[in-house]
Amino acid sequence: MAKTYEEINQRIRKGEAVVLTAEEMTELVKSEGVKSAAGKVDVVTTGTFGPMCSSGAFLNFGHSDPPIRMSKAWLNDVPVCADIAAVDVFVGATAVSEGEGARYGGAHVIQDLIDGKWIKLRATGPGTDCYPLKEIETWVNKDTINQAFLFNPRNAYQNYACATNSSQSALYTYMGVLLPAYGNATYCSAGQLSPLLNDPLYRTIGVGTRVFLGGAAGFVAWPGTQHKPSVERTEQGVPRGPAGTLALIGDLKEMDSRFIRAARFHRYGVSLYVGVGIPIPVLDEEMAAFTGVSDYDIETQVFDYSKPTRAREPVRSVSYAELRSGRITIGEKKVHTAPISSYKVARLIAETLKGWISEGRFQVSAPVGRLPLEGGLNVLDQREEGV
Amino acid sequence: MAKRRLVLTFPPEVVERPVVSLMIKEFDVVTNILRAEVHEGEIGRMMVELEGEGRKLKDGVRYLEEQGVEVEEAIKDIVLDELSCISCGACTAVCLPGALKVEAPDWELVLDKDRCILCGLCVDACPLQLITVMF
Ligand code: SF4
Ligand code: SF4
Repeated sequence: MAKTYEEINQRIRKGEAVVLTAEEMTELVKSEGVKSAAGKVDVVTTGTFGPMCSSGAFLNFGHSDPPIRMSKAWLNDVPVCADIAAVDVFVGATAVSEGEGARYGGAHVIQDLIDGKWIKLRATGPGTDCYPLKEIETWVNKDTINQAFLFNPRNAYQNYACATNSSQSALYTYMGVLLPAYGNATYCSAGQLSPLLNDPLYRTIGVGTRVFLGGAAGFVAWPGTQHKPSVERTEQGVPRGPAGTLALIGDLKEMDSRFIRAARFHRYGVSLYVGVGIPIPVLDEEMAAFTGVSDYDIETQVFDYSKPTRAREPVRSVSYAELRSGRITIGEKKVHTAPISSYKVARLIAETLKGWISEGRFQVSAPVGRLPLEGGLNVLDQREEGV
Repeated sequence: MAKRRLVLTFPPEVVERPVVSLMIKEFDVVTNILRAEVHEGEIGRMMVELEGEGRKLKDGVRYLEEQGVEVEEAIKDIVLDELSCISCGACTAVCLPGALKVEAPDWELVLDKDRCILCGLCVDACPLQLITVMF
């Protein structure tokens, strides 16, 4: 029996909705079957908490007296993009401090803002008739500035590669430290808890979907950068490697650094751990089957990161159940596996979102626009000229 | 059998002599070298785990001291800022002795200091820089 978004929201408002986390749904579908689960459950909550480099924040500082049209700006010595109007900037998560290098970066500025800390702002401008000031140095925090929202161009990757290293020396990557001679393999997806793996064909997650972002309510703004739906998928529609992505937006001022955290990968650089949770309405049996997906059904490809080329072939494919067991085999070798994204916090996000919905504080929404179901990626060729 | 984890410091005049191997032979103490620091091609400090029958272990350690080796108890060896830890698991990737683990059912980081060999690899592997290895 199919349900509509409105029927589900009515039940949420009355406090009657049955909400399960994606892990609980997987168990229910396993024990009672898709049909029964579809009848019982209204919403399934998902979660993920991993490093998402493609993140950043728009800030508006308000005007100084006399006013300045900023063209260059720094927050705690981290350069930010000030080429947007007079006092708007974008803090890119991976920018690094001019004084301290990668020890402090854009992600740290974002976390410090969320934590309510004072941040040193320095800016210069050309000085114009209407904006005469040429230089400013002052202190700001999230309460002294106007709007502050995260706008992350690529979050919540639908599946991700597993990384290993066949070479004779350790590699320091955004997938962590990869020990030589297949010394380990790291992976970075919440698997069965991950938002887009529970709605593999983007039936309910689309532009306009309300989400949990960094501890606050946010929205899907657009298909994320590098959204690549045309990939090999299982019979259930689950991609066998990186596929869809989401551009997310949310109010920085409402966020909580338990769910968003600055990070620095040794000899790689700064990144931001971002917590994302998306509620998935169980509209019918198909959605119940989708959200019933388990780590046994989700596969990814293992890649040798010592070959930093676009054309590298996967070493093997592997299920998340195998990765989560702590050991996989590559050729003859038993290889130790480790996650890079936090399953514990992913679970906490799904639980938190479940709480919000059960209390009637968060409703589900039909997508205003669909995410493309087809499309690949262009590549950047190194051309001699633009013809 | 008793076990002790010690930091041994060898002054230059002692480095030349095979005091540790003599102690192993003489007192029947199982010696596991966990970490060694080399200065100008010579071993200056060593972190060892000694295992042996109570009395012999005591005598062995006294012997080392008599030979001019400075012996300190290795206690504060690895420090983890648990409150800030997000249990991502990145540190467990490099911890081959299995002292750091993030596993089912809780997926929460657990540090088993007894298994730690103080290799220091996890220090750079933590993206939040929460681990310090002191030696
Ligand atoms: S890498 Fe750091 S944050 Fe992650 S589990 Fe280990 S100690 Fe915790
Ligand atoms: S120092 Fe080495 S053995 Fe000890 S916890 Fe870190 S990685 Fe594991």
